[in-house]
Amino acid sequence: MIGIELLTAEIPGLRLPDLERWIGNDWVRPGHDGNAYVFVEVDVARIRLIQELRDELQIDEDALPVVLMLLDQLYDLRRRMRELGTAIERTVPDEIRQALARDLAKSGSG
Amino acid sequence: MARDATPAAISRAYRKLAKRHHPDLNPGNAEAESRFKVIAAANQLLSDPEKRTRFDNGEIDAEGQERARPPPYRDYAAGEPGRRYGRAAPQAEGWSADEFGDIFGTMFRGDRRPSGPQRGADQHYTLVADFLDAVNGATRRLTLPDGRTLDVKIPVGTSEGHILRLRGQGGGGAQGGSHGDALIEIHVTAHRFYQRDGSDIRLVLPVSLPEAALGGLVEVPTPGGPVRMRIPAGSDSGTELRLRGRGVPAHGGKAPGDLYATLRVTLGKPDPGLMEFLRHWKPEHPADPRQAMETDVIEAGA
Repeated sequence: MIGIELLTAEIPGLRLPDLERWIGNDWVRPGHDGNAYVFVEVDVARIRLIQELRDELQIDEDALPVVLMLLDQLYDLRRRMRELGTAIERTVPDEIRQALARDLAKSGSG
Repeated sequence: MARDATPAAISRAYRKLAKRHHPDLNPGNAEAESRFKVIAAANQLLSDPEKRTRFDNGEIDAEGQERARPPPYRDYAAGEPGRRYGRAAPQAEGWSADEFGDIFGTMFRGDRRPSGPQRGADQHYTLVADFLDAVNGATRRLTLPDGRTLDVKIPVGTSEGHILRLRGQGGGGAQGGSHGDALIEIHVTAHRFYQRDGSDIRLVLPVSLPEAALGGLVEVPTPGGPVRMRIPAGSDSGTELRLRGRGVPAHGGKAPGDLYATLRVTLGKPDPGLMEFLRHWKPEHPADPRQAMETDVIEAGA
């Protein structure tokens, strides 16, 4: 967990007004410690991602929310799939898991 | 990339490749990550004129300039920390059965089985039954939309809206599952003069003036056939007489119902002899049948 000073040191080229705007747009959702923002690793990585999308891939800020929304849905789904996988591992007997795997392999190729 | 590529061309080419191979846009694809590292390193290298010269001269290799990339967003996003950027509110919540129903169908709903033999669907039909068939029971043939015929046994004492279940006569099952059932809803038609009241049956029984006044045996139609009933002398119109056990026959552990006949005295065509008699008739106990209804009467026409 880091404050805003460490964050700007860690991400070269990050401008504070940009960050404030991204937080205002709800693209970045830091925690709070009194009046100060605190950032955890996922926030830092996300800020870096937004920066890369904008500066390196030249996705302008008008288009960014669409990209972020789709990404959030993608990761949501992946998290759910992971939960499903864990639940299957925990609860489903081996032979059914194997049958499931065979069936999925079939539907993937067909 | 050509040896004489301009910086603008290099950066265009980089963007094109990066958009395809950025690891955060390709979660779960390990190849994208390593490809992107190469692309990013190459970009860094080629964007620096001095290094580019050295690379072109074979002095340094492409990987040599790769600076350690911090962990990509995807390392967090699909895990627990990524929840705060999920669609829903950041707080953790479990699965609900409705969730992802569009992907997983009904497999998480209730007690449905996810696989294996599935029983065929129940199919619904309606059958209109005659009043007396519903009282006495009958067998009727039902032709189904698919051309099959079913002999439907209407049990004794079937009431309106009753649903008969014919096991195994519904839709076919899947993967060796059994057939569904045919569910047949019975609608009972009204009768000309009988009315059902549970197990009892009611009817209005017209009687003649002499039958009502003098009493006697009259024949009453019942669902089980005509039955002779004694009418007491001096029975008024509206008198209710009961024929025990002549309603709906015993069924399903229920005792037979009764038949209630409500008398309705009918005069028929005017009879000169009767009219002559009534003109001279002096009742022994004159009575006003509307006495109980009397209020402060305003004489009509007064």
